[in-house]
Amino acid sequence: MDRSEAVTGTGAPHWSERYELVVGLEVHAQLRTHSKAYSSDANAYGDHPNTNVSVVSLGHPGTLPVLNRAVVDHAIRLGLATGCTIAERMHFARKNYFYPDLPKGYQITQDSTPICTGGHVMIPVDGGEKRIGITRIHMEEDAGKSIHDVDPFHTLVDLNRAGVPLVEIVSEPDIRSGQEAYDYLVEVRRLVRHLDICDGNMEEGSLRCDANISVRPRGSDRFGTRCEVKNLNSFRNVMRAIEHEAQRQSEVLDAGGTVHMETRTFDAARGVTAGLRSKELAHDYRYFPEPDLAPLRVTPQHLERVRAAMPPLPRELRARYTGQLGLSAYDAGVLTDDKATALYFEAVLASCPNTKAAANWMMGDVRAWCNAQGRAMEDFPLPPARIAELIALIDAGAVSHSTASQRLFPLMLEQPGTPPQELAQRHDLLQQRDDGAVEAAMREAMARYPDKVQAYRQGNKGLLGLFMGEVMKATKGKADPRQANAVVRALLEQDTTS
Amino acid sequence: MRPVRTLREAREAVASGTTVRALTEAALAEARRQQDLNAFLELFDASALEQADRVDASLRTGTAGPLAGLLLSIKDNICYKDHRTGASSRILEGFTSLYSATAVERLLAAGAVIVGRTNCDEFAMGSSNETSAYGPVANPLDPKRVPGGSSGGAAASVAAGIVHAALGSDTGGSIRQPASFTGTVGLKPTYGRVSRYGLIAFASSFDQIGPFGHTVEDVTDVYNAMAGVDPLDSTTSSRPAPPVTLEHTGPLRIAYYRDCVERPGVAPAVREAMTALVERLQRAGHTVEPAELPLPDQQVPTYYIIATAEASSNLARFDGIHYGHRSKAASGVEDTYRLSRSEGFGPEVQRRILLGTFVLSAGYYDAYYAQAQKVRRLIREATLRTLARHDLILLPTCPITAFERGALAADPIAMYLQDIFTVQANLAGTPAISVPLGTDADGMPFGAQLLAAPFGEEVLLRAAAHLPTR
Repeated sequence: MDRSEAVTGTGAPHWSERYELVVGLEVHAQLRTHSKAYSSDANAYGDHPNTNVSVVSLGHPGTLPVLNRAVVDHAIRLGLATGCTIAERMHFARKNYFYPDLPKGYQITQDSTPICTGGHVMIPVDGGEKRIGITRIHMEEDAGKSIHDVDPFHTLVDLNRAGVPLVEIVSEPDIRSGQEAYDYLVEVRRLVRHLDICDGNMEEGSLRCDANISVRPRGSDRFGTRCEVKNLNSFRNVMRAIEHEAQRQSEVLDAGGTVHMETRTFDAARGVTAGLRSKELAHDYRYFPEPDLAPLRVTPQHLERVRAAMPPLPRELRARYTGQLGLSAYDAGVLTDDKATALYFEAVLASCPNTKAAANWMMGDVRAWCNAQGRAMEDFPLPPARIAELIALIDAGAVSHSTASQRLFPLMLEQPGTPPQELAQRHDLLQQRDDGAVEAAMREAMARYPDKVQAYRQGNKGLLGLFMGEVMKATKGKADPRQANAVVRALLEQDTTS
Repeated sequence: MRPVRTLREAREAVASGTTVRALTEAALAEARRQQDLNAFLELFDASALEQADRVDASLRTGTAGPLAGLLLSIKDNICYKDHRTGASSRILEGFTSLYSATAVERLLAAGAVIVGRTNCDEFAMGSSNETSAYGPVANPLDPKRVPGGSSGGAAASVAAGIVHAALGSDTGGSIRQPASFTGTVGLKPTYGRVSRYGLIAFASSFDQIGPFGHTVEDVTDVYNAMAGVDPLDSTTSSRPAPPVTLEHTGPLRIAYYRDCVERPGVAPAVREAMTALVERLQRAGHTVEPAELPLPDQQVPTYYIIATAEASSNLARFDGIHYGHRSKAASGVEDTYRLSRSEGFGPEVQRRILLGTFVLSAGYYDAYYAQAQKVRRLIREATLRTLARHDLILLPTCPITAFERGALAADPIAMYLQDIFTVQANLAGTPAISVPLGTDADGMPFGAQLLAAPFGEEVLLRAAAHLPTR
C-alpha cells in the first residue's frame, strides 16, 4: 500500500519522510481463570448483569481480597514466554480513583514491583524479524462496566467484570509503524492464546490496547512528546489511530507548534483522535502498597513447575521445524499458527519418525478436512496417534499413499476409534507384497495388448501407464505401485533384449 | 434477675439451673435500664434470644460450645449477617450486612450470644467516643467522663455489667485505652492472629479485633475462640493457635519503660502505681529491667501518617453509589460523591481522609508516607530487639485517666497524643493487653499495659492473669 496516497490523499510529501514514528503499546489481557483475581466469584463473559458478584467484588464494608494463585501462574507463563525476568518477591498496590464501576474506590494492581520485567516479542519485518522489548508485565483487576446507552436517563453499572484478572503488558517504545504495532498485537494474541491464558478477543474486550505515540524528526535521537491514545478496540483501529496521530503530530510540528502530553481517544467512525478534557486527566492515583494482601513470593521451585508444564512456544517450534525437521518457513508457520494445530502436530511427531510425511499429512489431508468442513483443528476427529499409525502403514508398504489418502483416511474419519491397520484389512485395502501376482497380471495384459507392447518397445514409453493401470485393475489396487512399476517396466524392457 | 458479670459466673448460674435465655433477657433489660450511657446503638433482642435458646438446647444435649453462657456485644464496625452495621457513621445509615465477620461466626459457633452493637468513634477514629454520629458514650464510672475510644461503647457495655465480654477493634489503642479508662481488661492480639474479615477497615495494616472483659480469663476464652488462620483474610498467620491456658509462668524477664512513667504529663497516681507494680514484680522473682520507648517523639506521627493514608483509601468505597447514604441534593456523579461524602462523614473522619490523601499525593509521598514506613520499620525492629531479650514489655496504657467530655475536643493533637503508649504495639504488630492497675484520687481507673513478641499471646495472657496489681 502506498501510504502517502492512503493517508493524506494529497500531493504533499508524506509525514514519514520527515518524521520518525515512535510507539509503545500497553496491552491489557483478561485472564482465563475459573474465579476472579481476589474473590471466588465466577470469571465469565456474557452472563446476566450483576450475577457474578459477591460481597467481596461489590466492595462491601469489611471484605478483603484473597489472591487467586492461578493469576500468578498465568502471568509467569506469559513472562517466561516473552523472556522476562520473573520477580522473586513482589507486592500489590492500590491505585486510587473514583468511578461508579469501581466499587472499592481503588484498583488492586502492581506498581513498583511488577511480576515480569525485561522481555521481548519478535515480529516479522521484510523477511526478517524485529525485536520489540517488553518493559514489564503486571497483574491487576478489571473494573466493572458502565453502560451509557441502554437507559436514556441513567448510567447502568454491571459489576460482573469487577475483579476479573488482567495482565498489563507494557512494551518498550520500539514500534516504528502502524503495521509493526499490528504485527506486535498479532504476536501477543498468538502467545496468550497459545499459553491458554486469555482468549485474545479484542471485540469482546478480553484484549485491549492503549498506544503511546510520538514523532521525532528523522535522524533525531531524542524522543518527542508523546500522547496516549485510548479506546482502541480492534487491530485495525490500533493501526489507524497510530497513523492518524502521527500525521496530526507531524502537522503540529510542521506548523511550528508543540505537541502536548495528553490522553486522547480514537473515534473509529471518523478515523481521528481527539483530546480528552484536561479535567479528566488530572489524576493522582496515590499508589501505595496494598495492606490487605501479603507480599508475594515466587520460589525457584514453583517457577520451575510452571515452566515444566508450559506448552512448547510457537517460536521454539518454528525454529525446530525449519532447522531440525527441515520444513520450509511457510510450512513451519502454518503448523504453528494456531495452538491446536501445533500441539496436534507435536503429538503426531511423538510417535512418528517420518517427520516430513507427518508435516505433509498435516498440511495436506488434515488441513483440507478442516477447510472443507469449515471447522477448527480442535474439532478434527482423529487422535494424533491414528495419523502416526497411518504413516507407519504407508512406510511399511502395507498401503499405497494414494489408497491411504483416497480410501483409508475417509474411513478413519468415520471410525476414529478403529486403528487404520484394522480398517485396511476389513476393507481389503492392504497391498499385495507378492511379485508373482503382479507379474501374472502383467503377462496377462501383455498377452491381451501385443500391439501396445510392440509400440512401447518402439519408443512409446507413455504406454507404461496403460500397463500399470491394467495391473492395478487386475490386483484391485492392492499392488504396491512402486513395486508394480518396477515389475511392469522390467517385463517390457526384458523382452526387448530377448 | 441482675446480670452476672463474668463468664465464669454465668457458667455457674447455668450449672445451677438458670437458662441462657434468662441471662440474655436480664442483659437486654439491664442495657435498657442503662440506656443513658448510649453504649448500645441497637439491641438484637430477637436474634439474641434465638441464639440463647439454641445454646440452652445445646446445653441440654451436651453439645454446648466452650462459650455457652457468654453474653457479648460487638462494636458497630464488625459485620453480623442480616444486622445493621454502621461504624457509627451517617454514611452507612440503614446499611445491613450481608455476611458475618469471621470472628462473629466463630464466637456464635462457640455458643456466644450477641446482645447488640455498641457505639464507637466514627470509623474507629477517635480516643473518646465523641466522634460518633450517634452521640458520645458516658463512662459508667462517671457519666461526665468519656469511656475512651474508639471502642468506647464496647468498654462501657462491659464496665456497666451488661455483658460479660465485648468485641472491639484496636488500630492505635482503641481497645486498651478504653479498657484503662473503664477499669476493664482489653486485649489487642498479634496482627494476623484474629481475622479482620468483616471488620470495617480503618487502617488495614494496624486493625485487629480483640476482646474486653472483666477478667483476663474471660478475655482469654473469647480470644481462644477467635484466633487462628482464616482463608478469607490473607494477612492472618497460618501458625497454629492452640488455646491459651492461664497457668503461672516461671520468673520472667520484663523490660520496663521507665521513661514512660517518669515523663511529664503522666498522672501521679499512674506513676506511683507503676513504680509499686515494678517492686512487686521484682519481689515475686521476676527480673525487671529499665528500657526505653523507641523513637518516642516519632511514634504518634508515624502512626497517624500511615493510618490516615490507609484510611483515605479504605473509606473511598463509601461513595454514595452502591450502598449507604446518598445525598438527596446530588445530581450527577461528581456531585453524588462530593455531597454524599460531605454529608455522610463527620469532621474527624473528613480530617483524616484529607490528611491521608495529602500524605499519599504525588510530591509528598516520599516525605511523608515512604518516610513513615521507614520509621515504622525502625520502631518495629527496636521493639522486636527488646522482646528478643525480654519476655514482656511493661508500661502504662495511658498517661492519664478518663477525662471529661469535651476536654480535648478542640485540640486534635492533644487527642492524638492519647495514643502515645499504645501505638507501639500496632506499629510493631505485637500483642498487647491492658489490665486494671489502680485508681486515681477521683476513683477513676487506669491500666497497666504488657506487650509480648508477635504470637506471644500465651505468655502475655498468663502474665496478665497473674500480674500482682495489688
